[in-house]
Amino acid sequence: MTDIKAEIDVLPGLDPHAPLLEVNDLHVEFRTQDGVARAVNGANFLLAPGETLAILGESGCGKSVTAQAIMGILDSPPGFITKGEVKYRGLDLLKLPENERRKVRANQIAMIFQDALSALNPVFTVGYQLGELFRKHRGMSRADAKRRSIELLDQVRIPAAKDRIGDYPHQFSGGMRQRVMIAMALALDPEVLIADEPTTALDVTVQAQIMGLLAELQQQRNMGLILITHDMGVVADVADRISVMYAGKVVEEAPVYDIYARPAHPYAKALLESIPRLDMKGQELNVIKGLPPALTAIPQGCAFNPRCGYAQHVCRQDPPPPAYVVAPGRTARCHFWREVVGDE
Amino acid sequence: MSDRNDVVLETKGLVKHFPITQGIVFKSKVGAVRAVDGVDIQLRRGETLGVVGESGCGKSTLAKLLVGLEKPTSGEINVRGENMVTLKGGALRRARRNIQMVLQDPYTSLNPRMTVGDIIGEPYEIHPEVTPRKGRARAVQDLLDTVGLNPDHVNRYPHQFSGGQRQRIGIARALALKPEIIVCDEPVSALDVSIQAQVINLLEGLQNDFGLSYIFIAHDLSVVRHISDRVAVMYLGKIVEIGNDAQIYEQPTHPYTQALLSAVPVPDPRLRGLRDQIVLEGDVPSPANPPSGCRFRTRCWKAQPVCAEQEPLLQIRERSPHPSACHFAEPRDVVHAV
Repeated sequence: MTDIKAEIDVLPGLDPHAPLLEVNDLHVEFRTQDGVARAVNGANFLLAPGETLAILGESGCGKSVTAQAIMGILDSPPGFITKGEVKYRGLDLLKLPENERRKVRANQIAMIFQDALSALNPVFTVGYQLGELFRKHRGMSRADAKRRSIELLDQVRIPAAKDRIGDYPHQFSGGMRQRVMIAMALALDPEVLIADEPTTALDVTVQAQIMGLLAELQQQRNMGLILITHDMGVVADVADRISVMYAGKVVEEAPVYDIYARPAHPYAKALLESIPRLDMKGQELNVIKGLPPALTAIPQGCAFNPRCGYAQHVCRQDPPPPAYVVAPGRTARCHFWREVVGDE
Repeated sequence: MSDRNDVVLETKGLVKHFPITQGIVFKSKVGAVRAVDGVDIQLRRGETLGVVGESGCGKSTLAKLLVGLEKPTSGEINVRGENMVTLKGGALRRARRNIQMVLQDPYTSLNPRMTVGDIIGEPYEIHPEVTPRKGRARAVQDLLDTVGLNPDHVNRYPHQFSGGQRQRIGIARALALKPEIIVCDEPVSALDVSIQAQVINLLEGLQNDFGLSYIFIAHDLSVVRHISDRVAVMYLGKIVEIGNDAQIYEQPTHPYTQALLSAVPVPDPRLRGLRDQIVLEGDVPSPANPPSGCRFRTRCWKAQPVCAEQEPLLQIRERSPHPSACHFAEPRDVVHAV
């Protein structure tokens, strides 16, 4: 049995004491017929073992593209990583040749997707798709791979796993399919799990089951979890830290309690205020006027300035606001963060 | 509250079964999906009735039945005293003007080959008596203005608008015939939070301006709470609990409502771990073969033998001041508002 984990450990540049996952100044662009869409414009993250980092943002803010870049599954062309680093324990994954990158993927960094039905292959059984991981990455025999697959399905609490191993994805319900995806992602004991909108397609009662399962598995394995979502309720429930993205940039990064109590970036503040709350019954909801910018034409200066109530002349000019340190471990890309934090 | 004249829409024993057939040449019916299975609702003038439930509970089928896109298997739909199910021809067409619909997906519910002006004006082709031909262009522009779009954009196509703007076009189309009732089937679930708030504000503003009554179907419980006067909770084709928003959200008495509410993540990290979360086991059973007696009993922690034998009716009970379809209904505060 080949041990790929041991092979990864001796890759040059790997430092066991370096941060688990570090993304520095990541830039991704899509070269399309209509021009260059700058989807990610300098994203920074840091993830520690056992930690849950939520990436929060609306559609088109670059959160999924960031995840794809970290995983190395960006469609290229049209997508290109133009700048930046994605470091796993000090090892810059973007500089690795594909064959070595492949060892890291699934073994150390795994991902679950929003739509399990389209992420699973419809023409192979769930057992085959799970077993394939063990056979290709661990060199197991078919019988061993099957045994491990059943164990895994048991762990993600699929009832009667032994009987269901031969079923095809369409024979599972939405929640069960998402469990299969989780089993597949966790098969090779990764240290980092990226979950891209894992419960968006599910009903709330099933969402509660899946989020509970993820939290439990994360704790058992001390995994770092990156949770990509637009649901501020889910984030409040599970995240340790939050990165709010807007037009391809992390505009605010903060511990979860701080950002919900006192957001420092006007976009984060507006986003929180636009959810219906108990005490707002019968009143108009706060809205963010206008629309997110087209990624082919991001405004000069701060990308949020045309929609922002705090915007001044300086916000409309380049360079865009730097990441101001609001408190230790907390940054906001807004020239006026002091006023934003101060306002109720 | 009991003023009958105020009721603009009423359903009685509304049932929709979709047949399951076998064979191609000699089709035989082997069963039925009981999508809607005996629903009684009343909607009053100017009121918003929220309908919540998980996928497959029959809420979209209910919406289609109300606007006449599906024919009910049995039951009545009374709009201002006229039974829509038995009406025919011109009388039916005139009655349908009163009840319009806003659809969920603003990307597929607008014809990509029609201009916005044609989309919003199309209802006038079918109901020419509403606006004379000469006044239509004007009427369409007024509608665009009403929903907050630029009236000069009548000649644009749907793809030139964003998701939120498209949903406004859908709302303008529903308003064209000056209906009293609008059925909104998940009108904001395809939209981002910031855009969602804009559309909700628009719907509430229109209700105040035109005295509209809404049936508001959604799976997002906080949105439903914000907009609704009363809320009905559906499970497997039946309403299991109905009441005003305080009754449903603060003192729910049906176990399913309690579980549903407790599963909704609250956007406040300070409440983490303080909520009493009821995690239901398993999935919703198939509506083709629902459990006997109470349909929720297979996932319910309170289930007793009586639940399998006797179907609990939707009625006011000793410990439930509002109608609840559970033999053991009693209030439980699951949300703990701060």
